Formats: sequence, C-alpha cells, structure tokens
Amino acid sequence: MKSNNPEATLVETYFENKYEIVSGKLSEEEELYKENILDHYKNPHNKRKISHCTFNHKDFNPLCGDEITLFIKTEQGKIIDAAFEGNGCAISQASASMLTDHIKKMSLEQAKQLGPWDIFNLLGIRISHTRSKCALLCLKTLQEGIKEAKL
Amino acid sequence: MNSTDFPLLEKNKSLVYLDSSATSQKPSSVIKSMNDFYLNYNANVHRGIYTISEEATIAYEKAHEVVAQFIGAELEEIIFTRGTTESLNFLAVALGKKLKVGDEIVLSEMEHHSNIVPWQQIAKTTGAVIKYIPITSDYTLNMSDAQKIISYRTKIVSVTHISNVLGTINPITELAQMAHAVGAVIIADAAQSVPHMKVNVKDLNCDFLVFSGHKMCGPTGIGVLYGKKELLQNMEPFQFGGGMIQEVTFEDSTWTELPWKFEAGTPMIAEAIGLMAAVEYLQSIGMENIEKYIYDLTQYSLEKLSAIPGLTIIGPKKLSKENNESKKMKDRGAVISFTLDGIHPHDVGEVLNRERIAVRVGHHCTMPLHKLLKLNGTVRASFYLYNTKEEVDKLVQGIFEAQKIFQAEKITQK
Repeated sequence: MKSNNPEATLVETYFENKYEIVSGKLSEEEELYKENILDHYKNPHNKRKISHCTFNHKDFNPLCGDEITLFIKTEQGKIIDAAFEGNGCAISQASASMLTDHIKKMSLEQAKQLGPWDIFNLLGIRISHTRSKCALLCLKTLQEGIKEAKL
Repeated sequence: MNSTDFPLLEKNKSLVYLDSSATSQKPSSVIKSMNDFYLNYNANVHRGIYTISEEATIAYEKAHEVVAQFIGAELEEIIFTRGTTESLNFLAVALGKKLKVGDEIVLSEMEHHSNIVPWQQIAKTTGAVIKYIPITSDYTLNMSDAQKIISYRTKIVSVTHISNVLGTINPITELAQMAHAVGAVIIADAAQSVPHMKVNVKDLNCDFLVFSGHKMCGPTGIGVLYGKKELLQNMEPFQFGGGMIQEVTFEDSTWTELPWKFEAGTPMIAEAIGLMAAVEYLQSIGMENIEKYIYDLTQYSLEKLSAIPGLTIIGPKKLSKENNESKKMKDRGAVISFTLDGIHPHDVGEVLNRERIAVRVGHHCTMPLHKLLKLNGTVRASFYLYNTKEEVDKLVQGIFEAQKIFQAEKITQK
C-alpha cells in the first residue's frame, strides 16, 4: 500500500509493511518503558526556550491538539543544544523530551537521517497506528525545521 | 437492551463500545438484508425490466418510503446521499447559488465541521457572511442572541439538533420560527438525534433535515437529506447524469420528478436496503422505548461520572431542568464529553483501550468549539440501545485506572 502523496507522513512510511493493532494489557517489558515515558512526561528534559537558537520550528498534530516548538542551536554542522516547548499527550511530550536528549551532539546530517524507528525505539513501547502521529510529531517538527532553515 | 441482536458485540463480549455517536454497531437484520440483496436480487434500479431489477427498484423505493414515514415526511421529500456531510454539502451548493454579497448564513458555535466548512466555502465565493449563535456558560444556545442575530439579512439558518460534543439538544422549533419570520430557511443537522429519539419534521418545522444511516444501526455510505417538497421542487439538482433526467438531447436536458432528480448515477442500493432494515429494527423496538432506555443510561452515567474527583463534564449536567416523568430527552442527549485534570484525553483513551473500552478522544470534528472552550480535546463516551449500566461502571473503573497511572494530582502541565 504505497502512498503517492509526496507529503506522505512518516507514519505512513512506517506502516507500509508494519501495521499492528495495539490493544490488550502491556507486557512486563513495556510496563517498564511506560514508566520511563511517564517520567519524561512529568519531568520533561530540555523543556525551555533557547533564546539565541539557530532555528526554531513549530508544528502541531490536529488529531489531538499536540503542540511542539523545537529550538535548535548548531555550530559547524553540529547540534550543540536542543530544547522544546509545547503541550499535549504523554506520548507527544515524552518523545520530544527524549528526542531533544538524543540529538544533542549529533551532526545535522545524522539528524536528517533519523526515522520513525528511532523514535519508536526511544519510546520502547508499541504505538498504535493512530497514536504514531503523536509519537512522531517531534521528529516531523525537527526535520521540517531543518528543511525550512535550509541547513 | 437487545445487545444480542448485534453480532459484533456478541462475538466480543469484553468490548465496551461507547462510541456510537461516531458510528453505531449493526444488528444482524441489517447485515442480513444487505447480504440478501447481493445474494439474491442484485441489479441496478430504475433501469431494467427484468425481475431482479424490478425487485431491487421496489426495495430501493420502499427504503425512501420507510425513511419518510420514520420522520413524518413524504417519499418525494427523501433524498439519499452518502451521509450527513454530503447532505450539508449539497445544501450549501444548492442554496448558495441564490446568495448575494452581504446575505447572512447563521450557524451556531457548537457545530460540527461538516456544518461549518461547506458554508465557509460558499461564503467565500458569494460574499455572504457567516454569523454564529453563541453558547452560554451552561452549554446551551443563547436564544436571545439568536433572536438578534437572525435578521432580514439572514437567508439560511443551519444548526445541529443535538451537539455531538456537548450533548445539548437545541430548540429547532423556536429557531425555525425565528428563521421563517425573516424569510430564511432552516436546516437541522439531526445526525445525533434521529438515532435516539422520535424526530418529526413537521413538529420541528424545519425546511431541511439531514442525518446519516450509520449512526442509527444502518450501514455506512448512506444518509438522508429531507427537504420540504415545495422547496425541493424549486431547487436545481446537485449532481447530473443518469437516473435523474427526464429527457436529454445533445443541446439540453430536463429533470425527472422528486426525489429522483436529486439522485444522479447508480445509487447506494444495498446501503439503502440496509438503512431500511435499520429503521425497521428501531421501529420494532419503538423509538419511545429506545429514548427511555437511553435516558436512564445517560442519567446513570451523569451521576457516576460527575462523582469522580478531577472530572469535568463539558456539557449540560442534567438531562432535563424540570422534573421529567416522561423520560423524554429535553435538554441533553446520550453524548457525554469530559476532561480529567492533568491527563490528556488521548492518554485517557489509550488506557481505556487497554481495558477494551472504546471512547472517542480529541476534538470530535469541532475544533472551533474546543478552541472557544479553551480545551485541546475531550474524552467522549456516547451510548446507544445496546449499552448497559455495567458498562458505565467499567468506564468509571477505567477512568480510575488512568488517574492511578498518571497520578493525576501530581502532574502540573507546564
């Protein structure tokens, strides 16, 4: 099921071959990850503004009204600081918290290569088709921000 | 009540389906009627003179008749569409043709996107202006504002009968009076009301009434556009092609009679037959009985939900302001939206889904309303004739579970 839409979301790319309906109780391993997600949600990392950032970008997920503004500071092609502001569901805010940790010290080139799998791995929990939009909002914001800043 | 009539619910006994406002489950009689059509008399309608085409045509026309009687209308006044959204789009285009710069379209702040977006497009092309009837702090329409907003510039009033978020039942009859007094037409979006209560177009005195089949035990892909005969007679078709013409020459065409002049192309035959079976199913139980049953269930849910600390119901708190022995839904219907302090609606939905409880979360196609109420979303539980009080108890348990997981009181959203 390939989408012809060039704007096809990361979610669609991910689900081309991998579609799963998530329901039922969480496994023990997932329970542990869930704690981690809740921890990031309640005590988010990098939730602040960067006043002299290289670029910032705002995006939102109309599905549940999640909102994320990313602030990125780069030096010689390297991300030296990343932060975010926003509000929304636990998945969207936790993944922004995790992603901003993850991309610090990455090169822009590496950041451009990040895909849905990286986010799902960070979260470590099965994400349903619908909720993938929440999980991937931060990545979409990052990549569109990079594109817009022409970096 | 009758949950055994619904094969999906029978097969999934642990499923607590509380999203009937989005779409209802289907009774076996509806599924069987559509199967029966495809297995035994599948043919196009209004075309063949052979037996199975005759059978299909009779069934298709009878579906109009059954739906007409169901809402107190006549066969000529029932147009089948793809659903409420398509009905509203058709009306926007057809009525929009007569609008001039400065004419006004009056909607309400609690409308579904399907009753806002088509009008915005028409307003853009005609220069007409959209006015919104505001809602009050108790989530009802501000009728004194409505009286001021509906003026001689108003040409169309289009308002939902029951809000799909707030559950509020709007006084269509009163609005119809205001609209008619200034020579405007009134459209009632009855997507949420026709499935739940006896709706009669004569009592409402609306000019047009629109609803969907799939929210009332029928299949998806079919909806209804009711219009007063004298209005439909003077309206141009929405779509053109086969089935809706009287005569076609290379130069021009004339239209066939009501309601077929509004149904171009091969219609949704199986879906119409399914819708007919759905109406017959609802009638076999009796709309009054359904309304009473849902009234009790909603009453029970409102009591249980409003007792939960940290839960806020977004909508009228009571089914009826006055003492209501008849159990007729007067002020609100069986849609209950709520928020939980410190937990995003999507997270509530996720936890509930793990418990096999299906609710809707988000803005429910009413972004402007949510923005107005300063909410980024709500959790919505909606009930139908197959739901039970035990299921409401499970919902309450699920909410407690969500609060436990998120230890809600400790979260401070920054």
